Amino acid sequence: MSAPRLEVTDLAASYVAGGFFRSGRRRVYAVNGVSFALGAGETLGLVGESGSGKTTLARVILRLTPASGGQVRFEGTDLLSLDREGLRAIRRRMQVVFQDPYSSLDPRMRVGETVAEGLLIHRLVPRREAPARVAELLDEVGLPPALAERFPHELSGGQRQRIGIARALGVDPSLVICDEPVSALDVSVQAQVLALLATLQRTRGLSFLFIAHDLAVVRQIAHRIAVMYFGRIVELAPADELVANPRHPYTVALISAVPEPDPDRRGERIVLEGDPPAPTLLPRGCPFAPRCFHARKDARCEREHPELRPVAGTLVACHHAEVDARPLTPYP
Amino acid sequence: MIGSLADLLRRAWRHPSGRWGTLVLLLLALASLLLPPFLADPAAMPDVVAGATPPSAAHPFGTDPLNRDILARLVTGGRISLAIAGLAVLVSLTIGTLVGLAAGYAGGWIDALVMRLVDAALAVPRLFVLLLLLVVWERIPLGALILVLGTTGWFATSRLVRGEVLRLRREPFVEASAALGARPWRTIARHLLPNAAGPVLVAATLGVGDVILLEAGLSFLGLGVQLPTPSWGGMVLEARPLLVSAPWTALFPGGAIVATVLGVNLVGDALQAALDPRSA
Repeated sequence: MSAPRLEVTDLAASYVAGGFFRSGRRRVYAVNGVSFALGAGETLGLVGESGSGKTTLARVILRLTPASGGQVRFEGTDLLSLDREGLRAIRRRMQVVFQDPYSSLDPRMRVGETVAEGLLIHRLVPRREAPARVAELLDEVGLPPALAERFPHELSGGQRQRIGIARALGVDPSLVICDEPVSALDVSVQAQVLALLATLQRTRGLSFLFIAHDLAVVRQIAHRIAVMYFGRIVELAPADELVANPRHPYTVALISAVPEPDPDRRGERIVLEGDPPAPTLLPRGCPFAPRCFHARKDARCEREHPELRPVAGTLVACHHAEVDARPLTPYP
Repeated sequence: MIGSLADLLRRAWRHPSGRWGTLVLLLLALASLLLPPFLADPAAMPDVVAGATPPSAAHPFGTDPLNRDILARLVTGGRISLAIAGLAVLVSLTIGTLVGLAAGYAGGWIDALVMRLVDAALAVPRLFVLLLLLVVWERIPLGALILVLGTTGWFATSRLVRGEVLRLRREPFVEASAALGARPWRTIARHLLPNAAGPVLVAATLGVGDVILLEAGLSFLGLGVQLPTPSWGGMVLEARPLLVSAPWTALFPGGAIVATVLGVNLVGDALQAALDPRSA
């Protein structure tokens, strides 16, 4: 197998937050020891609740937020050690689509200018030919070229999100990081945008790092899914396997929250109690232990941190991954 | 959501106070700009012995104690007062925008240091600084007066711009621009400045009113525009001993000051209302 397109190794991001006075400051651990690889033409889904570090992870890979440790290799280049100009060059190959289709487009720019921005920054086309290229890009994301003359506030959420995608495609990237690209859209529009992303992946051979808090969305598009909790990956498995046989209790809880149309297959929804630990404290044991409902939960969970380890073809960070975490009672 | 700047101006115009304010200002500006060549020499004293004469056909606004035509002095003084206000605001707007951009974009200790200095500067009353400067610098030339007014008026603007920059830097469209590989100057010119322009425009408009009043006040005290040169504040100063015997000498320049400040504030209010997303 050739080298993966994106390889993240033991990545960490922490920052100091808090008051003007030294005593009020606390170190916040947003991402902690995250490793994964992403192949060409592959989609890795990244799920987890708010504050689990998904977005920070994306921002660190994009170098919009500094990392505090670890390594990111993209197409053979060490991203974290790039200087300013090297970084500018590599941004052509690595793009981002943001969650909010309202704030991700400059309200004072016409759509055409927004889509052309990357083209002009990297001088991919002469300024004169930019409008023609913009029209092609709009067509590729399923929008009429006439939209180039409009302002974002004249467009619908789905149209705006397509423009965000066209802007990213303009510089011809090989990796697109999608940070909750459909969370702000209606369900019917969600499906259209997901279908567009799948088509673009086929035609352009794109790799996606697809972030969402909604497992139902991620399983539609991802080949593999990584579940994040408290800044760490707690389970990483092929999408079907993860949904069919979740091994980490947190994954079990996430899946139980996905609406199931078939009443016979419907399990009981697991409602987690309490909150994740404060991100300023690194618990000694498993960070999920205080909320864990696993039948085998024991003193070791409070004491010893579970490393991500292979269990039956998936990676799980749980001391008791060999035992089915699903509670027995709700299943007939 | 706010659209383009043209959109903002259109919405401000639709606001009744925006329309009235614009009309008042336009009237004053056009009169100052166009009328002087058609009127008497503002320095001419056709009949010094007659002194202040009430409004008549020859002198529609009357004459001042030296028998000079008040209308001619009013429009000539308007040129000076309006030019001072416009240029001084331009100076403070430029400095304030640059300082605010630099502080907001650099962040960290530079931002903290600059903004604490601005806080300190804001704590000192502007009029006090101006009086001190002008008392020391006797018979100040016009250019210097504009600079002095401009360099003492940018503190609030810099804080406003810095706040806008801090807000905008967290906006996804600014981050998307960085992720595309835009150099900082491009992000500033294409995204930060245009999006900060609205609030800055409001502040600038209201700033014009402040400077008109300040200049009038200083000229009234004899510290601003120096005397044979007509200015609205200076005209009120000269009219002071005649407030009872020849009220028209103070009424017209005073009215011009009030009308300008009122017009500017009406326009500012309308812009502010147009900028408020809830009014869209």
